[in-house]
Amino acid sequence: MMKSLLPQSQLRRSSAAAVRSSGGGAGGGDGAAAADGSGGAGARAPASSTFWFLLHALCCLISLFLGFRFSRFLFFLLFSTTALYHSTTSSSSAAVLRATTTTTTTTTTTTTTTNTFTLSFAASNTPPSGPANRTALEAAAAAAKGSAGAGSGSNPQSHVVVGRHGIRIRPWPHPDPVEVMRAHQIMERVQEEQRRWYGVKEPRQVLAVTPTYSRAFQALHLTGLLHSLRNVPYPLTWIVVEAGGTTNATAAMLARSGLTFIHIPFPDRMPHDWADRHATENRMRLHALRVIRERKMDGVVVFADDSNVHSMELFDEVQKVQWMGAVSVGILAHTGAAEQPRLSEEDKQTMPLPVQGPACNSSGHLAGWHTFNSLPFSGKTATVVGESAPVLPRGLEWAGFVLNSRMLWKEADGKPDWVKDLDAVGENGEEIENPLTLLNDASSVEPLGNCGKKVLLWWLRVEARADSKFPQGWVIEPPLEVVVPAKRTPWPEATNELPSELLDEKQDQEDRRLSRANKSSRPRSTTKRKGDLQGQEN
Amino acid sequence: MGSSRKRWLPVALLLLAASVLYPGPAAAAAGGEAEHAVQQHSERISGSAGDVLEDNPVGKLKVFIYDLPRKYNKKMVTKDPRCLSHMFAAEIFMHRFLLSSAVRTLNPKEADWFYTPVYTTCDLTNAGLPLPFKSPRVMRSAIQYISNKWPFWNRTDGADHFFVVPHDFAACFHYQEEKAIERGILPLLRRATLVQTFGQENHVCLKEGSIIIPPYAPPQKMQAHLISPDTPRSIFVYFRGLFYDTGNDPEGGYYARGARASLWENFKSNPLFDISTDHPATYYEDMQRAVFCLCPLGWAPWSPRLVEAVVFGCIPVIIADDIVLPFADAIPWEEIGVFVEEKDVPKLDTILTSMPIDDILRKQRLLANPSMKQAMLFPQPAQPRDAFHQILNGLARKLPHPEGVYLQPGDQRLNWTAGPVGDLKPW
Repeated sequence: MMKSLLPQSQLRRSSAAAVRSSGGGAGGGDGAAAADGSGGAGARAPASSTFWFLLHALCCLISLFLGFRFSRFLFFLLFSTTALYHSTTSSSSAAVLRATTTTTTTTTTTTTTTNTFTLSFAASNTPPSGPANRTALEAAAAAAKGSAGAGSGSNPQSHVVVGRHGIRIRPWPHPDPVEVMRAHQIMERVQEEQRRWYGVKEPRQVLAVTPTYSRAFQALHLTGLLHSLRNVPYPLTWIVVEAGGTTNATAAMLARSGLTFIHIPFPDRMPHDWADRHATENRMRLHALRVIRERKMDGVVVFADDSNVHSMELFDEVQKVQWMGAVSVGILAHTGAAEQPRLSEEDKQTMPLPVQGPACNSSGHLAGWHTFNSLPFSGKTATVVGESAPVLPRGLEWAGFVLNSRMLWKEADGKPDWVKDLDAVGENGEEIENPLTLLNDASSVEPLGNCGKKVLLWWLRVEARADSKFPQGWVIEPPLEVVVPAKRTPWPEATNELPSELLDEKQDQEDRRLSRANKSSRPRSTTKRKGDLQGQEN
Repeated sequence: MGSSRKRWLPVALLLLAASVLYPGPAAAAAGGEAEHAVQQHSERISGSAGDVLEDNPVGKLKVFIYDLPRKYNKKMVTKDPRCLSHMFAAEIFMHRFLLSSAVRTLNPKEADWFYTPVYTTCDLTNAGLPLPFKSPRVMRSAIQYISNKWPFWNRTDGADHFFVVPHDFAACFHYQEEKAIERGILPLLRRATLVQTFGQENHVCLKEGSIIIPPYAPPQKMQAHLISPDTPRSIFVYFRGLFYDTGNDPEGGYYARGARASLWENFKSNPLFDISTDHPATYYEDMQRAVFCLCPLGWAPWSPRLVEAVVFGCIPVIIADDIVLPFADAIPWEEIGVFVEEKDVPKLDTILTSMPIDDILRKQRLLANPSMKQAMLFPQPAQPRDAFHQILNGLARKLPHPEGVYLQPGDQRLNWTAGPVGDLKPW
């Protein structure tokens, strides 16, 4: 529609150019008046051409000073029934009968001049184009065309008028906060309806099982996991198993989290060796599963390791699990060391994806498992926790599996017979590598996440060195022992308590550093800064 | 003892009665379970002509297709295949649909309607915009051909013929409104039924009895961009397009009667309004994440945005005074979209936020009705209840032809020399 006017635009432009060139006045719109004038000059007797020339000059001057829109309006009012009608421009008439163009814009913005006026004229024998069109470049009516236009104009009952309209702007075109609130309420309600129609019908509780232990990065990992779990839109219970017994720091963090949690102590301490750590974690998870069984907790069990990162889609996807499901896990083998094996181009291409998860055949059924290929990392993996070398997963990680908690109960409706009883697992102290050992038949596992095509969480093991110190509960107590006195206080009568030159030197160094950093802005003396320190120390 | 026994007897009877009654609806629900799930969140649509959106036109009418020479149709498409994908492509696809449709008859004597497959909107510029300058001559030439070769045009002067004219101002054959009004509808089409996209009340270019259709929007392209329906709708108002047409209307106020410019000036800094002139690659996806989609007029009141909004479930906010929307007798647009007058554009945020939430949810339910979405599309091959079938339904509703269709000897005939001189040149 609008694009279809492109050729027309050229016509218009050429006509406008013709008009303008014939006018040659100072302002742009002045050209209209000029053209009108010059066109009229052609039509009239040559005797009045000087009159028209003078009029043209007058128009130029007024346009110069008042701006072309105002000048056009002025001339319209002055010359509304005179020779302006005899001008012939190449554009057609704005053939409308009812010239009620009501333009009630009242503000002026910096870019558009919106001094349009409320002009309303009843339909009369004056030329069919409305007054607003009169002032338009293109819509000057020709008398001959006017009659034809009147005949083919819009029907009398139509309210819609062709031609130039004002741009209505309200005086304060900014959002009203009450309306913004209402809009957000509307959107909330709409989204609620959407969830009701398309979302999960009966959301099941999520039971997140996390083995953890006290170390430098525990707070880091648990905080991240805590925030992820807080965002889960389903009822959730966080089951935290802590090796070496429960600690106050962890308990405090859980209490502050606002989540429903169960904090379970695990008697053994976490070993420093990765292999042993994996084994201990597996035992901790089994312990948690036993707790779930005892308490007959109902829901979907998700193995949320504290250092993993989970996407929200994971929790939506696990709602679909019947008994046991598998999701794809992205394996981020942390390569902290500088000496990474330089991979050749073909190596990079043949390197399989760092993903562990179910593999489907073409009909969408479970056909096998993708596991992480540890060949490129051979020989360079970390053995001790906190060593700066890649940490690799072992076989299939627990994090990639989700269970229906009813599978763990002693008796549940519809519990399939390919599930082993939980008591029979792990009692002899054997290694429970992955949840598949809970099953008699591993082929009934459901692949989730678009048959494993979507990676829903990432596995990562990042730890500080085992001997890293960190403040208990990340609270600094007692306060720091280093006291930095103020050398120059704002109050001249304050005493110099510690006159040590050492501290002075330190201050000087800092001054120099600061002054190098902000050369022009900062003053030489850093009095204020020291004053702050003084204040802080107190 | 005895009283307790007497007490459980009526209770048992009640339970028995309940168990007899309850399986009834349960069985019915189980039978139509899939449909029930859909209709839970969509509502049946019935317009002023009744519940006609899902009618099947087969058996209700017969259409005879004139066999015009290739230059009127196929040759134009071969010359410029862009005609098949622009928003005026409905004329071509209607022809193809009718050729293989069950309503087609090869015997013109039993036909109710006659179709002339002439593509008047296939003369494209380099930029792909149709030029209407030759269209009157093309149409005239086609009508001359059919009136010379078959007797059916002359016996009714075209009153039982229909033409598809999807251009900006339909059979006025011009893109500029004033010129279109000046030309008026082609005199030769005075008695024929026009199937067009343009619709505005009391306008010269909308004839009584015309069938308004949606503009063509490529169905496969829209299907390819569907996202999951539980993606929350987090954009309140969405619009992408021009506000000022600086090429054709440098001063503003002409394009869209100033309504689009007013939208921009009033709401450019309003966080609820996601409006801009961008051409994002995620245009269709964004519409599916919006609650309201603006469909303001441009140079003509209609726009493909209406089709897109309906397909993507975004409530259309129609800002075009006196517009007539597609299939207005079958689709109750008042209940589906929001109509805002051009003079009320500065108050648009107040209007939209003060809508009762139940209305909004109801509109979304109506939009979710798959028949509604189908009715706006021209899929190839044709599917039931799509726009082709709605056109046929519209034609069927106009049957039987009224008395004055067949001309008597003394009746007024078409004036074959009416109209601008340029139109009379042969093509």
